[in-house]
Amino acid sequence: MDILRFATAGSVDDGKSTLIGRLLFDSKAIFEDQLAAVERTSRDRGEEGTNLALLTDGLRAEREQGITIDVAYRYFATPRRKFIIADTPGHIQYTRNMVTGASTADLAIVLVDARNGLTEQSRRHAFLTTLLRVPHLVLAVNKMDLVGYDQQVFEQISAEFTKFAAKLEIPDLTFIPISALHGDNVVERSANMPWYDGPSLLHHLEHLHIASDRNLIDVRFPVQYVIRPHASSDPELHDYRGYAGQVAGGVLKPGDEVLHLPSGFTTRIRAIEAAGENVAEAFPPMSVTLLLDDDVDISRGDLICRPNNRPSAAQDIEGMVCWMTADRPLAPRARLIVKHTTRTVKGIVTDLHYRIDVNTLHRDESAASLGLNEIGRVRMRLTQPVFADPYARNRLTGGMILIDEATNTTVGTVMITEAR
Amino acid sequence: MRSDYLLSQLDVLEAESIHIMREVAAEFERPALLFSGGKDSIVMLGLAEKAFRPANIPFPVMHVDTGHNFSEVIDFRDRRVAQLSVRLVVASVQESIDQGRAVEETGRWASRNRLQTVTLLDAIEEHRFDALFGGARRDEEKARAKERVFSFRDEFGQWDPKNQRPELWNLYNTRIRRGEHIRVFPLSNWTELDIWAYIEREELEIPSIYYAHERQVFERDAILLADNPFVQRGEDEPLFTATVRYRTVGDMTCTGAVESTAKSVAEVIAEVAATRITERGQTRADDRTSEAAMEDRKREGYF
Repeated sequence: MDILRFATAGSVDDGKSTLIGRLLFDSKAIFEDQLAAVERTSRDRGEEGTNLALLTDGLRAEREQGITIDVAYRYFATPRRKFIIADTPGHIQYTRNMVTGASTADLAIVLVDARNGLTEQSRRHAFLTTLLRVPHLVLAVNKMDLVGYDQQVFEQISAEFTKFAAKLEIPDLTFIPISALHGDNVVERSANMPWYDGPSLLHHLEHLHIASDRNLIDVRFPVQYVIRPHASSDPELHDYRGYAGQVAGGVLKPGDEVLHLPSGFTTRIRAIEAAGENVAEAFPPMSVTLLLDDDVDISRGDLICRPNNRPSAAQDIEGMVCWMTADRPLAPRARLIVKHTTRTVKGIVTDLHYRIDVNTLHRDESAASLGLNEIGRVRMRLTQPVFADPYARNRLTGGMILIDEATNTTVGTVMITEAR
Repeated sequence: MRSDYLLSQLDVLEAESIHIMREVAAEFERPALLFSGGKDSIVMLGLAEKAFRPANIPFPVMHVDTGHNFSEVIDFRDRRVAQLSVRLVVASVQESIDQGRAVEETGRWASRNRLQTVTLLDAIEEHRFDALFGGARRDEEKARAKERVFSFRDEFGQWDPKNQRPELWNLYNTRIRRGEHIRVFPLSNWTELDIWAYIEREELEIPSIYYAHERQVFERDAILLADNPFVQRGEDEPLFTATVRYRTVGDMTCTGAVESTAKSVAEVIAEVAATRITERGQTRADDRTSEAAMEDRKREGYF
């Protein structure tokens, strides 16, 4: 059994909470006491029926305002897979939280109300999904019951979205007509829509092939921590020096020739250990320890790759940035702390090329700064090189977070398009 | 070896947790691991052992001791700590009370659960800990479902749920000022069933109270509490003998038992898979206080 991480985007009005509630309930991941609590609260507030949004909206402020503010993580499993749902807010003022939830997702579900068709919000969600390179997208056309399960409505929305999607890079796109309220095409295929011959949503989630989404070609091993036992009593451990980290790309095997960055020195892998045991190979997302043939001076923040396939040691970065603070805008000459893999450096924004309107995808090249939740393309100069790939090639070696020097908060994120 | 490069869900969770622990060891000066002797902290300690092997775990273990413990759990704690040659720091709620830092609750529902926060925050200050591993899981409770893996605490130990740091990919912001700290939850994405499956796979030892045993209990608010010297039992709460096990391990005053016949990990897993009630809902009186009981306690600095 493996894990599928998916993000849901939409507002309560689109039936997002009903859909999640249905998936959790039908897979027995909602417990009786949770349901009883939600029923009690719904009744106390004088709401009609049970408000399933109360299951996911866990914070006081969310319950008071009736909206999702921050990402909530929910879990369920079927005999085939374990699922992690990042339930993200749909409102534009919480774009940064949706970006957070999408960053680790294998798949995103964008919900559309069949009565309203595509809205500004659904286009924005689709755009953010592709910006974060979520490999699979499902457009779930919900509330089909309210349009008489009409095939025409579904086809029309699908066609409109396909046209819009041509402007985005979406590797895998699936359309599913559903009624989250009545369960049509959620777990079981619906008898109300015989014209639809695709899978139910859950069937799609269970059977989707995600193994190939990882980069198993380019070996990338950011060194996270050096293990040195300091056990003078045990001569075997005296010279032990293990380089621990999580594989960010490629497949490593003992005997492989590898190259160390920044030194450019080559050596071979003597052994790979996972939790103290020897293993025959390491691939993403394994956390392992590498033992090397030669004594090289290697420390945290360095990277191990193959001699003929290395990332750029880059100090000049071009990338898409999502700005995540209201404290101050992002503008040229802003100085920031940059964290990339296991390396932390300083950087300065040298250019803001444009701001993108997340609803229309229009590029505003006259923009002088980015505010909270705004997205644009920037150029940055770093004080020291990072070992980077384009984000499209590798989400782990292509992503960076930006930290404010004064407040220490995470204020932005960069998806690298070009690293030199 | 497999050729499809697929990992099981336990392997993926383990790799993620180990990555988190190494990140803390690399970036913080004075981390510590909160260890209660409960199943989640046992898994967490097992993962720490794996993350740094063959070296020792490079941080101490801290137990916030309410004095209202199950003796089986304290025995287990001491044995496990000795095996790992790791340093144990005990922060005592009784000492906080003796020093006048905390005031004992009185009455029928008196518990030291909330007082732990005072003791915990004092210990963090005394030992100048800058990162604390906690065994909380997001599937446990709705406020926890919202919390980051690296969760910032201000100089008063408070959590601000509306102002959490964005957390993308596996990049964690570890920067803090002096006096602030980070709570780190390496088991965030594990579920109760994952924990049990991992205990089974790794053959981890757990305290005996997790298995079915006979015990003198009484019923309060539909929870079975053990007969113990720390709780005032009313006359309307008669004792009876039941075959029970514990689904969670906390204070004797507020941790309930469940009726069970499960004598092995496999039998516990079968029961957990079939249950229709959450572990905190079934066994924790402390979460029933209000709709947002956990969120409120977390804001104050609770685990």
